[in-house]
Amino acid sequence: MQQEVVLAMLAKEPSHGYQLRARLNDALGPLGDEINAGQIYVTLGRLEKAGFVAAETSESTSERSDRKVYALTAAGEERIAEWVQEVNWPRPDLAEFHLKLVTAAAARLADPVSIVGAQRRELLRRLRTVQRAALEEPAHSAAGLLLEGIVLRLQADLRWLETCEREWTERGDQ
Amino acid sequence: MTTVATTTLSARGLRKYYGKDTGLVRAVDGVDLDIEPGETVAIMGPSGCGKSTVLHLLSGLDRPTDGEVWLEGRRVDEMSERQLARLRREKVGVVFQAFHLVDELTARENVELPALLAGRSPRFARRRATELLDRVGLADRADHVPSALSGGERQRVAIARAIANDPVVVFADEPTGNLDSSATLEVLRLFEDLHASKLTIVVVTHDERIAATADRLISMRDGVFVDETRLSGGSSGRLGALFSVGLEA
Repeated sequence: MQQEVVLAMLAKEPSHGYQLRARLNDALGPLGDEINAGQIYVTLGRLEKAGFVAAETSESTSERSDRKVYALTAAGEERIAEWVQEVNWPRPDLAEFHLKLVTAAAARLADPVSIVGAQRRELLRRLRTVQRAALEEPAHSAAGLLLEGIVLRLQADLRWLETCEREWTERGDQ
Repeated sequence: MTTVATTTLSARGLRKYYGKDTGLVRAVDGVDLDIEPGETVAIMGPSGCGKSTVLHLLSGLDRPTDGEVWLEGRRVDEMSERQLARLRREKVGVVFQAFHLVDELTARENVELPALLAGRSPRFARRRATELLDRVGLADRADHVPSALSGGERQRVAIARAIANDPVVVFADEPTGNLDSSATLEVLRLFEDLHASKLTIVVVTHDERIAATADRLISMRDGVFVDETRLSGGSSGRLGALFSVGLEA
């Protein structure tokens, strides 16, 4: 998963690291069990160094990282706006895409349904391209087999996107 | 908006309601559509969104509650039963999910039917059927009845029948809905082939692969079109770049 995920979790409001962890666990359910607090602080440190995040120590003078409140800088906000619009198949980290929708909805960065729509349109165009190539391959061609694999993966992703679209549309209607 | 005189198929304010009062169902609730000659358009959406009803209204199989359907500049929704029957025989071809072949007739006889019904000679119908079965790759299965054919073969016969009278538009309702993946591939190949021959096609489907043969994809929900995507053009060309096939530097 990209570190932008952690960055996007801050888009809603400046937060403590442990709050980010809670939000991640909330969005990922049992799939979040591999993410520990240490990783989140390491990522936050990197993001701070890169200028995407600014940390402020709250109330006490303690330098402990769990006292810090992290907030997006202007550069961080810019990076997140880009990240939300990016389509990065074929290395689609499903969890990352899911978190893109969750964070975009929470911080009202973008309409999750339109993010899903953009991804879906791009995948359909790719499906069209690769399917045409697959149908042009002679029977039993080795390349044809690879193309068929790409077609089936695209198809599976498109079905999931359909479910995402339905679910986020219903949430939006509520 | 494009004028209905120049499009192959158009709809304006198309509506179809069933029942009344509290039981009123707005199956299609205000659809506008323009389809250019040679275009393939796919309509996708969840079950019950009204996509099959739209197909029935466009192909003259059913009449709208309100709105207009135009085929090659002629108003379809106001036609008499007799004119409609003629339109369905000569101007449109329909492919169904469940094939709808005549079980007692051979593949060849099924494909001969449209020409015979249009008043062509048996000899012409026979020649045309042979030609079409060859085109769909079933020349050697011509004398089999549908029950002796696989699902994919049956659907290919149905497609041959649908294009027998050189229709203006071919309508397909879930053409791969009853097929396994290898039969789906057979039908896909045929759709790409029809598309390449510049036939105008409207297909309603759940199957992303069939949808991906289209130039334009329309998403439907609750009786209305909610999204339209042009699939032709856009990202094409270098497949390796598109799917990140390359060696690590």
